[in-house]
Amino acid sequence: MIRVDRKVCLRCGGCVAVCPHSALRLTEHGIICDEEKCKDCGICIEFCPVKALESRGDKE
Amino acid sequence: MKDFIDESYDMIVVGAGPAGSAAAMTAAKAGLNVLMVEKRAEIGCPKRCGEGISENGFERMGIKKNEKWLNRKITGTNIYAPNGKSVKVLFDPTTSDNYTGWIIERKMFDKMLADMAAKSGAKILTKTEVVSLLRENEKISGVRLEFNGRQWDVRAKIVIAADGIESRIAREAGLETTSKLSEFISAVQFEMSNIDIDPDSIELYFGNEIAPGGYVWIFPKSEHRANVGIGIRKTMTSKSAIKYLNEFINSRPGLKKGSILEVNAGGVPVGGFLDSMVCDNFIVAGDAAHQVNPIHGGGIVESFLAGRMAAETAAEAIKKGDMSKEALSVYDDRWWKERGKRLKKIQKLREVVEKLSDDDLNFLAEELEGSDIVGFARAEGFGKLAKILMKRPKLILLARKLL
Ligand SMILES: Cc1cc2nc3c(=O)[nH]c(=O)nc-3n(C[C@H](O)[C@H](O)[C@H](O)COP(=O)(O)OP(=O)(O)OC[C@H]3O[C@@H](n4cnc5c(N)ncnc54)[C@H](O)[C@@H]3O)c2cc1C
Repeated sequence: MIRVDRKVCLRCGGCVAVCPHSALRLTEHGIICDEEKCKDCGICIEFCPVKALESRGDKE
Repeated sequence: MKDFIDESYDMIVVGAGPAGSAAAMTAAKAGLNVLMVEKRAEIGCPKRCGEGISENGFERMGIKKNEKWLNRKITGTNIYAPNGKSVKVLFDPTTSDNYTGWIIERKMFDKMLADMAAKSGAKILTKTEVVSLLRENEKISGVRLEFNGRQWDVRAKIVIAADGIESRIAREAGLETTSKLSEFISAVQFEMSNIDIDPDSIELYFGNEIAPGGYVWIFPKSEHRANVGIGIRKTMTSKSAIKYLNEFINSRPGLKKGSILEVNAGGVPVGGFLDSMVCDNFIVAGDAAHQVNPIHGGGIVESFLAGRMAAETAAEAIKKGDMSKEALSVYDDRWWKERGKRLKKIQKLREVVEKLSDDDLNFLAEELEGSDIVGFARAEGFGKLAKILMKRPKLILLARKLL
């Protein structure tokens, strides 16, 4: 599961593009992560141009 | 909102960027009943763009230039090697105006394109999101919309996904459009004011310390204002794009003294072209289909052209009453023939440039003339580049990729 720092996120949607599990969505409230789909692979975290994402570390 | 639109359309376009508006205006002009929906409250805002476009881009789109959204005419490019040496690429207005460029105002440009689509007869809704596709007998038959927390269904013969990098609709349709980190540029940009710039040229800075797998750009919007941005490949570094950009700006007094008027971020697909971009009753176009020039990341014109091709194909299919995958694959064939083949070749150039060390880049800056570089973004002049690279024995294998 991904935690989004809404104060840092610029809502560019790049993380949605690279998520291999279609777990992310860009809504008018910002990025939303679908807990069921997220595999905590970290690709979105790696992509983020402004380091707005981090893992909650609740999946191994 | 529900009373404002019909229950069914010939075509629904998802997303009102250049790809969407081009598709909507083309289809409406061809006589189709079109609905275009945009989830943002304002079309084109915030921008995710350096706003650079070439003169001949306007010709290819068939869009007349208008002062309302033109910021500045660009007559050259300064390309900087890691050691600071620059190669000046001068666009020659005496031979052809085609090499001139412009910095536009995307927010106004995108809205103008949507306005053209509306005037052509397309219906447009903003702050309305396509949340899912509808299916009948397993075939796509429309979309589910959401506005102000309420949802309703609208049917269509064909859905065009022009929903940009954050596209989910194409994946839902069954196309694998996830971008690989190795083919997706991580970008961030400041629109800066009160900075010292060359107001008539764009500037590009290359180097593995400056921008691994990409470059820093300065695109002037006025004498003292510019989009200052960076794109990097995240498989080459663990540091974030914004950290690189801050370092770049802080190392240059002429930029450091400036102000920041806007912060933008984004992702740019540089490769990952799709063999097929259609399903029954469905087409994907623009950034959502990775239709971007992989060497500089420009996608305004590419998206527009793809959106137009998609709509032309759709209009023909609807006229014939055959919206099957086979019928729509005319779009695949046409895009690959007219754009894809060339973009794929340009992707090779990108793969080669990414592998060059700073020392190699410095060497190139000594050997290359500005006039050689002009053609690169159009897949021309690769032979000469390969020849230069081959002067360095360790680059021979790499250079062969260009031939
Ligand atoms: C930092 C940066 C700099 C760039 N600089 C340049 C440049 O200088 N020159 C250039 O030519 N290109 C540049 N590009 C690329 C260019 O911006 C894109 O290629 C172009 O905008 C793609 O157009 P599009 O219509 O495919 O997608 P977009 O312009 O992204 O439009 C897609 C639209 O779809 C909407 N949408 C998404 N999902 C839904 C949904 N479910 N329902 C409703 N609406 C939806 C989005 O809100 C968006 O408005 C740059 C990109 C970045 C990130």
